Amino acid sequence: MTSKFGATQIGLVQFPGSNCDADCVDAFKRLFQIDLKLIWHEETSLPSALSGLILPGGFSYGDYLRSGALASISPVMQAVKAFAAKGGSVLGVCNGFQVLTESHLLPGALLKNDSRKFICEYAQLAVAPGESLYHRKLKDRTYKVPIAHGEGRYYVDAEGLKKLQANGQILFQYGDEAGVLSADTNPNGAVAHIAGIVSANGRVMGMMPHPERASSELLGSADGTSILEAFLETVG
Amino acid sequence: MNYEVIVELKPEVLDTQGRAIKEALQRLGHHDLKSVKVTKRFVLEIDGKEVDAEKLVKKLAEEHLANSVAETFQTKRL
Repeated sequence: MTSKFGATQIGLVQFPGSNCDADCVDAFKRLFQIDLKLIWHEETSLPSALSGLILPGGFSYGDYLRSGALASISPVMQAVKAFAAKGGSVLGVCNGFQVLTESHLLPGALLKNDSRKFICEYAQLAVAPGESLYHRKLKDRTYKVPIAHGEGRYYVDAEGLKKLQANGQILFQYGDEAGVLSADTNPNGAVAHIAGIVSANGRVMGMMPHPERASSELLGSADGTSILEAFLETVG
Repeated sequence: MNYEVIVELKPEVLDTQGRAIKEALQRLGHHDLKSVKVTKRFVLEIDGKEVDAEKLVKKLAEEHLANSVAETFQTKRL
């Protein structure tokens, strides 16, 4: 079987403590016939033909200092920053999102859940207003995607939130099945129910929920497939 | 030279650990306890001239030990 993404070269960065790397490899192979190129965190350059990058979930460096903080200064991240600065597409999931905020590739920070509990459950993701490729591809429906985190409370100050809203950078918000946001649909206390955001150029996307774990109806949801496909469509 | 860096959450950011500890201690009957704030303390040992060491401590605190989005820091020569 071939797919329209068959020739696309996507890299996946592995940090010590990454643990969703194999799930991503499986999902991209099964859904899109793409073999992810594995890149160890000690590398100082990226394969030249690469057109997209994934930072997977896990507990890089044992979450020491802060989640994602030590990964953000590991050798490979200079190359990742340079890749993003040239307009490259980067997807950070869970710990990958934390690495992106700690690297200042995305604004804000991910803090301990307000419930003080590690949460492992399905969330319903509503798509916020915006004009990025992700927004255009994913709008007008909700997505059932699992979250699994202890530190997923997105935080940005009031001024930062206004900026995100004005630029259409909020991508996903925790809602109900109809996409309605209420106090009951915010699992971790995130500012404005934020579950995922994009960079100003729309190419760097970070989200706490795990689309790669929602890639088969057999496992409870295949809604993550569209999200991974949207990432592939941002790859140019 | 040794320097201390104390990092804490900004007052407007919920300190989940501090709240959990406060509530647990209050359950023991310590009702005069009004709040608990959890901070991180780093001790850095640095070589070189004092003026450079101070600059380095501030730089490391600002760029790495604290996350300015949600935290503030203080430094002190020990």
